[in-house]
Amino acid sequence: MRRIVLIIALMLPAMPVAQAVQPDEILPNPALEQRARAISGGLRCLVCQNQSIDDSDAPLARDLRILVRERLVAGDDDKAVVDFVVARYGDFVLLRPPFNAHTVLLWGTPFAILLCAVAFLWRRARERTAEASASTPLSPEEQARLAALIEPDDKP
Amino acid sequence: MIVEIGHYALALALGVSVIQAVVPFWGVFRQDRTLASVGSSAALVSFGLVALSFAALVTSYVRSDFSVANVVANSHSAQPLIYKFTSVWGNHEGSMLLWVLILTLFGALVALSRRSLPPRLRAGALAAQGLVAAAFLAFTLLTSNPFQRLVPVPAEGQDLNPILQDLGLAIHPPLLYVGYVGFSITYAFAVAALIDGRIDAMWARAVRPWTLLAWTFLTLGIAMGSYWAYYELGWGGWWFWDPVENASFMPWLAGTALIHSTVVMEKRDALKVWTILLAILTFSLSLLGTFIVRSGVLTSVHSFATDPARGLFILFILIFFVGGSLALFAWRAPLLRQGGLFAPVSRESALVVNNVFLATACATVFVGTLYPLLLEMITGDKISVGAPFYNATFVPVMVPLLLLLPIGQSLAWKRGDLLGAGQRNAFAFGLAVLAALALLFFMRGGPVMAPLAVGLGVFLVLGAGFDLGERIVARASGWRAMLSRARGLPRSAWGTALAHAGIGLSIIGIAAQAWSSEAIAVLKPGERLTSGRYTIVLEGMSPRTGPNFRAEVARFQLFAGERELAPVEASKRVYTARAMPTTEAGIRTDGLSQAYVSLGEAQDSGVAVRLYDKPLILLIWIGSLVMALGGGLSLTDRRFRLAAPKRAAPAAAVQPAE
Repeated sequence: MRRIVLIIALMLPAMPVAQAVQPDEILPNPALEQRARAISGGLRCLVCQNQSIDDSDAPLARDLRILVRERLVAGDDDKAVVDFVVARYGDFVLLRPPFNAHTVLLWGTPFAILLCAVAFLWRRARERTAEASASTPLSPEEQARLAALIEPDDKP
Repeated sequence: MIVEIGHYALALALGVSVIQAVVPFWGVFRQDRTLASVGSSAALVSFGLVALSFAALVTSYVRSDFSVANVVANSHSAQPLIYKFTSVWGNHEGSMLLWVLILTLFGALVALSRRSLPPRLRAGALAAQGLVAAAFLAFTLLTSNPFQRLVPVPAEGQDLNPILQDLGLAIHPPLLYVGYVGFSITYAFAVAALIDGRIDAMWARAVRPWTLLAWTFLTLGIAMGSYWAYYELGWGGWWFWDPVENASFMPWLAGTALIHSTVVMEKRDALKVWTILLAILTFSLSLLGTFIVRSGVLTSVHSFATDPARGLFILFILIFFVGGSLALFAWRAPLLRQGGLFAPVSRESALVVNNVFLATACATVFVGTLYPLLLEMITGDKISVGAPFYNATFVPVMVPLLLLLPIGQSLAWKRGDLLGAGQRNAFAFGLAVLAALALLFFMRGGPVMAPLAVGLGVFLVLGAGFDLGERIVARASGWRAMLSRARGLPRSAWGTALAHAGIGLSIIGIAAQAWSSEAIAVLKPGERLTSGRYTIVLEGMSPRTGPNFRAEVARFQLFAGERELAPVEASKRVYTARAMPTTEAGIRTDGLSQAYVSLGEAQDSGVAVRLYDKPLILLIWIGSLVMALGGGLSLTDRRFRLAAPKRAAPAAAVQPAE
């Protein structure tokens, strides 16, 4: 555990001073460069904390940015570039986790909660209307009893 | 000696907090008024002791007393005075002391508040608050003692992390902590109500000002943190969906829901059980945030404490308070009587819808923050959850909520008229659609969603304005009548409108970032760089020496089109004590927009420069300020100031006639 603490402490200075994309990395073709930026924005800098490689100045992030641009120049489409990086580093590199058996709960929870809440409220509303309508009419006997309860006092 | 007094006072405060936690409970149980009222005095004494302790630590910092380990690790004799002062909470131990200080301050405020509370409720709340204070005082003393001495005494300190050497540190943590910790009061009141087994509109009226106060400060704290990150971290980002940001955002979402549900409870005596649960959950999320930041389980820019013993201790605190209160809730909540029926279309229902969406949004952030941790623990798989996830889940939950907001706001209590509410907002909606269409037309080829988002923001601002306007104008003849009507509107109505308009302003600012632009180049003196509407010309570079850093400063001329703005300076600093570099972005405000210049590495004979055009970006934070202003204005409402007035006039009376 000490070591992990030390590693984190050593990583700290490099982390927040972001100078991300350097001028020498930029591709001459603006369309390709724009695609590169969009792809990098979705890839995580593996040694950083929650930063994309587009935002990070860590050496590894730079390597990955250059890699992404190399693949683009080689003619890969966006998906192929991302697949290439994922094949090397795993799903961890994706800032938008893929939808699969392991992330069903992650993606599903927000919508499940919303559905449950709506279902709950709808049931409650129906119960309430049922209660309200159940309480309205009095049966003839009840009316007779009610009358009997009120009447005697009225007669002097 | 001062240091030892501080340490001793802190230990005493722990003892007093234990008394505050135990004796009033005992008094309530024994029906003994004297015992039950001990809580008030204990809360005041406990605050006094922690304040003394805090003053002792501040003194050590300001005097650069390097016999204290905490001062050595986080301060430097060459620091400017303001940073010596703020260094106190720029580290784990000191910030814990600040946390406890604010916690006991809130306890003292409850003890002092002259609002006539049922004595059992006050006693219970103070006791619960004392228990929370005792837990955190024990944590501070046992695992994070800021008064540890150091032998031998070093000649110089190791300086504070340079990123924290900023005015932001003076403002952001105190605001945020007041927000975080303020929710402990609503928690304490909820626990007290559950123990008492009784809850009514009186409870809601007692709790609402505290909720509003905490929410207002949390709003300011988050906004300030966001602006600080924006100008300090040097790439112009203002929100990162970082676990620690989420940790403060979750209580904010839950707290926002709580503000709205307590209104329903106060006015209509409904939603009691849910409001109690929400009060518990909100503070639980604050505690969870504390755990996330201080245990280091989720590493992030903010976490300064990564000691397993501390993590375990806070986890224990978290489990005790969350588990304990939820168990209490499960046991006692069925005793609470529900009241206040309302029609499916009514202000109450609108506020229920608000709560459903806010709770879902909060759950989304919760899952996104903790899921990677749980998945790794269970399966060993590592995944990342970043901004793209939240854009795909959080945003779709918030959009319907915000679209419905102006309509819900103009529904009447008990039974509303959906058609009428729709008609009242039709004009605002029409103008918003026009704004979106106009933007789409003039910014052809640009982003498509952004104009729609701007339209949403406009709808919120206009909706809030028109709602207020109608209340003033309706059935009033002549400006004199209108003026008196405007004055007659409760402050909380003004507060509501401002807060809702503030959200709209923030959304416009956020949406406008779709049109921000960035340019990167290596510049030599005399060369220019253009990004969006702004152009900079590098005049030259020069070294500069600060009190505890060396800097390389680049000066730029700045043009917006043909118009020359004031020159701007950006620099790279190296803080000598830690040999740590930082960037100081050069920012020039131009109306509501900003030109943002950031320096990179020196290359060949030039320097890497990045220039951003950030259109309308100030609206993001101005909107937050307006929201907080709304919260503050509501706080000054008569209902909250006077000691238990007769039931306040229900807002339905000032609603526009149907």
